Amino acid sequence: MIPDLNPLLLFFASVFTSNILLSNFLGMCSFISISRDFKSSNGLGMAVTLVMTITTVLNWIVEKYIIVPFGLEYLRYIIYIIVIAAIVQILEMIIDRISPNLYISLGIFLPLITVNCAILGVALFMQLRNYSLIQSAFFGFGSGIGWWLAIVLLAAIRLKVDKAPVPAPLKGVGITLITIGIMAMAFIGFAGMINVQ
Amino acid sequence: MNRYKEVLIKNIWVENPVFVLVLGICSTLAVTNNLKNTLIMTVGVTLVIAFSNFTISILKSLIPGKVRMMIQVLVISFYVIIVDIFLKAFVSDVSKALGPYVGLIITNCIIMGRAEAFAQANNALISFWDGLTSGLGYMYVLIIVAFFRELLGFGTVFGFRVLPDNFVNWTIMVMPPSAFFMLAIFIWIAKSFKKKEESK
Repeated sequence: MIPDLNPLLLFFASVFTSNILLSNFLGMCSFISISRDFKSSNGLGMAVTLVMTITTVLNWIVEKYIIVPFGLEYLRYIIYIIVIAAIVQILEMIIDRISPNLYISLGIFLPLITVNCAILGVALFMQLRNYSLIQSAFFGFGSGIGWWLAIVLLAAIRLKVDKAPVPAPLKGVGITLITIGIMAMAFIGFAGMINVQ
Repeated sequence: MNRYKEVLIKNIWVENPVFVLVLGICSTLAVTNNLKNTLIMTVGVTLVIAFSNFTISILKSLIPGKVRMMIQVLVISFYVIIVDIFLKAFVSDVSKALGPYVGLIITNCIIMGRAEAFAQANNALISFWDGLTSGLGYMYVLIIVAFFRELLGFGTVFGFRVLPDNFVNWTIMVMPPSAFFMLAIFIWIAKSFKKKEESK
């Protein structure tokens, strides 16, 4: 059963109200370590958005035409992760060929993305909620944008927080987690606007 | 035997994966508003780390360097699928509540981290022990976080009501932001203990 949802609505919901990072905790590892640097955060956000959109659509196609007809549900995790790893590998080669400049700013982040939980997470949510192809594309793209928005915002806040007097044991990770918590509360403020599961 | 003790202390306290290395909180933080789910999830993670460490350590001389990451991910997904099938068969209600988060154990960075940093260079037995202890180091932190979230959010511990009926539940504790706050407070306390130890 495909849920009756407007793809555009789904897009906004996945950017704001059910942000993949702030409400589902996905992609935290690279989020905390990369957000130290504003420029890298921007690059990684871009790369995640790109990979997430492509892999969500591809995994939808693989799910519908390979996994379900052949009864391979028990291999789902392995198949998804192989698709993701392959796409990352191919993208790396294509970007290297087409635009060396983009490769310098984006290329170093691509290998990191294979083990980013957000990418696999979005694919699994897409499968669990039975989205259609169009809905999956908007969901993947929206979640990527949401992740990008969150990491850029956090990196900008951290630039300021670094200069603030913080108790010594709380410095670094501690204060960053509290900042993320406050950001998550702010994003929950959008919750009344759109209601999407 | 000394080496085993050293690994144990390192993984539980000195280089704890959660509050020192800050790895792998993605897939599990989401389920910490319920103690039972957290316990089952972290046991699953611990078993996956231990066994994948063991397997990778045995295979380390057979795996070509270039495809190492890919093979490691495949080994890990193999164990995660076993855990998933096991949960579906024996505790199907928990499996439903955990939903996609069981599958996300694959991308939990602790597992890749341990495989890469420890299992690549050590023998199988101690790699297994290393996986087990880092899993335990991860487990107790998240159990503490989950304990306070469930206690204050629902007034229960493992589903049993412990706080008096007139206690007003803290709704925020059930929602995602509180997981960040609780973990931050835990890190704050743990790090101030560490600071004291170092200054001695």
